[in-house]
Amino acid sequence: MLDQMKKILQLYEEMLEIPHRQEIARELRNEDDVFLLLLYSEMVGIPNPVFYYTLELYPFMLEKFHDWHLRMGMEKSPLSGIRCC
Amino acid sequence: MPGILVAFIGMLVFALGYRYYSRFVAEKIFRLDPNYVTPAHRYKDGIDFVPTNKFVLWGHHFTSVAGAAPILGPAIAVYWGWLPAFLWVILGTVFAAGVHDFGTLVLSVRNKGQSVGTLAHRLVGQRAKILFLFIILILVLMVNAVFAWVISNLFISYPASVLPVFIQIPLAIWIGYAVYKRNKKMLLPSILALAIMYLTAVVASKVDFLQIDLVQYMGGEGGSGLFGLGAVSTAFLIWIVILMVYVYIASTLPVWKLLQPRDFINSHQLVVGLGILYLGLLFTNPEMTAPITNENPDTPWLPLLFITIACGAISGFHGLVSSGTSSKQLNKETDARFVGYAGAVGEGVLALVSIIAVATFFTSTDEFMATYASFSDANAVGLGTFVEGAAGLAGGLAIPPDIAVTIVSIIVVSFAATTLDTSVRLMRYIIAELGIEYRLPALTKTHVATTIAVVSSAALVLLPEGPKGFGSGGYQLWPLFGTANQLLAVISLMLIAVWLKRLGRNYAVVIIPMVFVMFMTLYAMIQQVLFEWSWMGSAPNTLLFIFGAIILIFALWIIITAFSVLTKKEENSLEI
Repeated sequence: MLDQMKKILQLYEEMLEIPHRQEIARELRNEDDVFLLLLYSEMVGIPNPVFYYTLELYPFMLEKFHDWHLRMGMEKSPLSGIRCC
Repeated sequence: MPGILVAFIGMLVFALGYRYYSRFVAEKIFRLDPNYVTPAHRYKDGIDFVPTNKFVLWGHHFTSVAGAAPILGPAIAVYWGWLPAFLWVILGTVFAAGVHDFGTLVLSVRNKGQSVGTLAHRLVGQRAKILFLFIILILVLMVNAVFAWVISNLFISYPASVLPVFIQIPLAIWIGYAVYKRNKKMLLPSILALAIMYLTAVVASKVDFLQIDLVQYMGGEGGSGLFGLGAVSTAFLIWIVILMVYVYIASTLPVWKLLQPRDFINSHQLVVGLGILYLGLLFTNPEMTAPITNENPDTPWLPLLFITIACGAISGFHGLVSSGTSSKQLNKETDARFVGYAGAVGEGVLALVSIIAVATFFTSTDEFMATYASFSDANAVGLGTFVEGAAGLAGGLAIPPDIAVTIVSIIVVSFAATTLDTSVRLMRYIIAELGIEYRLPALTKTHVATTIAVVSSAALVLLPEGPKGFGSGGYQLWPLFGTANQLLAVISLMLIAVWLKRLGRNYAVVIIPMVFVMFMTLYAMIQQVLFEWSWMGSAPNTLLFIFGAIILIFALWIIITAFSVLTKKEENSLEI
């Protein structure tokens, strides 16, 4: 009985948390996008002295990078050398 | 007839509808596939596309669609007797709303989780998208005007509810801060906030000076107010101005600061409200004192009944929620039946209790007939009667009547205020989108779009003259709100029908409610716009005529579009 009550309460809390979780995730994603923009600003024409080093991170974030350039409104990868799609 | 019996019959029909009809639609018409990869899995991003437990998703879907509208519509429609309203709510929910909400969910799931607006664009082209935007624009404008009036009306009628409602604002901001910035759990703070609100309600009901009664401050109903207006008119004016300033600020703030925390509190209020009303009904077992049917109505029930009760029987707004958010979170395609159909049933349950609360409130049929003397009176007193009737049911749980009245009015005002906030925000987005469409960059600015939204809503609520003077004409807009909402439902049903037709399935389950709702909407519009509000009608009203005429033209446009799309032999432009 107590377990069932706990389960119902947990389901109820999850119901309430959907919009909250979405909002937090959206804000985190926006922060990530800004971070990626800082790493790869060279690609959009903003000079970045550490681009040579940040580019080394690229293979590790290929999938993330693909989602990012799609969100930024670029259908294809802006990198001519390395393409993810 | 005992109220419990009416509730029992209603629940039984809902249960049978869910058990048999929705299963028939799911298995034979939509042919749901448990192995279909839903957008929540295919495009999983942890934000919009997230596979969610069906009970959790149902709860989220239901709290998103339930509001003040399924309470207000039935409370007015009881004017024609409780039986017509009851039948339309239960049959409408089972055969129209259920299929509509369920269908839009499945259609969206089968089309990458896209919204009804985008699907309309893909199916009929650019024209449909603009048409869709304009209908939603009119719908939200109506919502703003109607709900601003509803809230002002309740504040004037139940001044004890003012303070608890305003206390909800800082409490919501506090929850928003605690949850989003301090990463606290939200269940406890939101329950605490609700407890503070209800405690304030109890104190405000007992202590006179905590009741913000503007009419009383100006010397009662006969007193004089500002700008040569009467006391009641001035009170309406002041509340509407305050509400408009509030929604301007609320709709431009980030959602987590006010809108979402308010929703958490309101979700509890929905549970508390439904619980109190149904338990109260069980304990008090009141008789239905309203007549079964009104023998001599001054306004015929056909077709207005089907426009007066929109939410609770069929509502286009649900399609926006189904296809906008719920479809992106559906774990398995077969869950759509529970989320969509049972979501509509939840709304039906709310509408049902609204009918029972109003129909059992009066001591005799004569008293009912004296209060609901004309359709215009029913519009004006409907909501107040629901509040009093619901408080009567709450009396079954030993809650004192004055406190019960305050709490019920707080629940209704909270629902209406969140709807108002969301709809002004939605209006702002639509104005911005139209700005992009017609290359008017000024319209895309937040404050320009919000100013247009707020000023036009204020004008619409203040301009029509009502029985209590300035600002009380909002209720005249209720049928127009119903029509705009039904038109949206017609478009969604049309899209589902086209999809089913292209799959070679039997689409009668969709086309029958669509034709029915379309016919009733058109019938009501022609009757009101041409024979009532136009210059040759019985009660000419330029403002209502213009709005009605715009909606009528849209309705005709939709019929032509529906006919041409349904009869066109075209290749498959929707996915299967």
